Amino acid sequence: MNLPDANVLCEQLATLIRPQLRPDTALVGIHSGGVWVAERLHQLLDISEPLGSIDVSFYRDDYGSRGLHPHPQKSGIPFDVSERHIILVDDVLYTGRTTRAALNELFDYGRPACVDLAVLVDRGERQLPIGPTWCAWHLPERLPAGSKLDLKRDVAGNLSLEVKSA
Amino acid sequence: MLNPQLTKDGRLRHLLTLDGLPKAILTEILDIAAPFTEVAEREVKKLPLLRGKSVFNVFFENSTRTRTTFEIAAKRLSADVINLNVSTSSTSKGETLLDTVDNLCAMGADMFVMRHASSGAPYLLAQHLRNTGRDHISVVNAGDGRHAHPTQGLLDMYTIRHYKQDFTRLTVAIVGDVLHSRVARSEIAALTTLGVPEVRVIAPKTLLPTDVERMGVRVFHNMEEGLKGVDVVMMLRLQNERMSGALLPSSGEYFKFYGLTEEKLALAAKDAIVLHPGPMNRGVEIDSAVADGDHAVILPQVTFGIAVRMAVMSMLAAGN
Repeated sequence: MNLPDANVLCEQLATLIRPQLRPDTALVGIHSGGVWVAERLHQLLDISEPLGSIDVSFYRDDYGSRGLHPHPQKSGIPFDVSERHIILVDDVLYTGRTTRAALNELFDYGRPACVDLAVLVDRGERQLPIGPTWCAWHLPERLPAGSKLDLKRDVAGNLSLEVKSA
Repeated sequence: MLNPQLTKDGRLRHLLTLDGLPKAILTEILDIAAPFTEVAEREVKKLPLLRGKSVFNVFFENSTRTRTTFEIAAKRLSADVINLNVSTSSTSKGETLLDTVDNLCAMGADMFVMRHASSGAPYLLAQHLRNTGRDHISVVNAGDGRHAHPTQGLLDMYTIRHYKQDFTRLTVAIVGDVLHSRVARSEIAALTTLGVPEVRVIAPKTLLPTDVERMGVRVFHNMEEGLKGVDVVMMLRLQNERMSGALLPSSGEYFKFYGLTEEKLALAAKDAIVLHPGPMNRGVEIDSAVADGDHAVILPQVTFGIAVRMAVMSMLAAGN
């Protein structure tokens, strides 16, 4: 499968979001790929509010069976989320479970006025009633079970998509 | 031999001692603890990791700080916490430890946090759980006799890493009543495993175990000599309640030779940090000017202790 240029997808995603920005909009990226995309969007959309980040390791629903991630990152939201327009940002939307966990974590910081979801890629195969507000690319076909679609970032900061087989 | 603290696939099953715990697990606990420190800054200071689990704090020996921080840690992880002060309860009516435990298992315990005056009591409990097919219940040793106090050792390691980053360039001195101290044993085990090149113990002969050198430490009886150039000073409490016989002339005499004063601390590295597991005996092992001074990291230790206990409990819940 030919995968599009993730850097271009970021620009397309910014174009989709721009008309719906509000004065109180703030971005929150989901570790780790979502934070990279959020950093890019933050720059492209020229948002003054600092960027927030969430690591959903402590909110996952499969931690009892898969264990804890050995290197969880600190979540950090350097602004009051209450009564604010929050855009959650992730690299790949798949089952929806990560988004569910991120929403739960976000609400432990306060009660946002509304939350939107921006993703670079929608992989489909949802297991929860969750959909993106904005998506730069829909995967045209299902990937084999067990394979992973990941966002990578090189030392120069360039983003790329990668499929890993099971 | 299989480490009774680990599952077959190397995950943490119980936390009984830091002695023999692999470096990878020690580091993993410290890494996982780091993001837990941030939870205290949120509007909702809770994470769902232990939701639906029952944690029994079973303290056969008095404790305020340790029991409270375990309780806070478990509650921040959304567990149901049941505190039992067993020293004033069934055992005084004649019930054995394992009978008490069996009753608590029947009440649906998922995890025991246990303190006991007898060294090895948490091992006995872990062994009993395995022998009775209740291996899914975890045990955390919150201090057993003179043997170990692993979460105190871990929170000390977290504190040191927080301020000093790299263990492999440090000289660390442990000062005081090593003989009666389970904290000292856990600290020495962890410091050695994490690669600290020089661990010193500073104490009078009467307050050192006879085989202390075998633990891989340098022994000093003179505090001024022992503190020279150290990066970390770990003070121990003078354990009056564990003293049997006349090991010391008086607490005043002890302070003169082994109390940490600003003058003695000046011999350590300029940026040395001072730790104390609490409760402090001011004017006995530590002078107030040091305890409240710029080098002391004693209160951050308490805060980090919650995060470290959260890490241990969530790893145990995930491992089982």
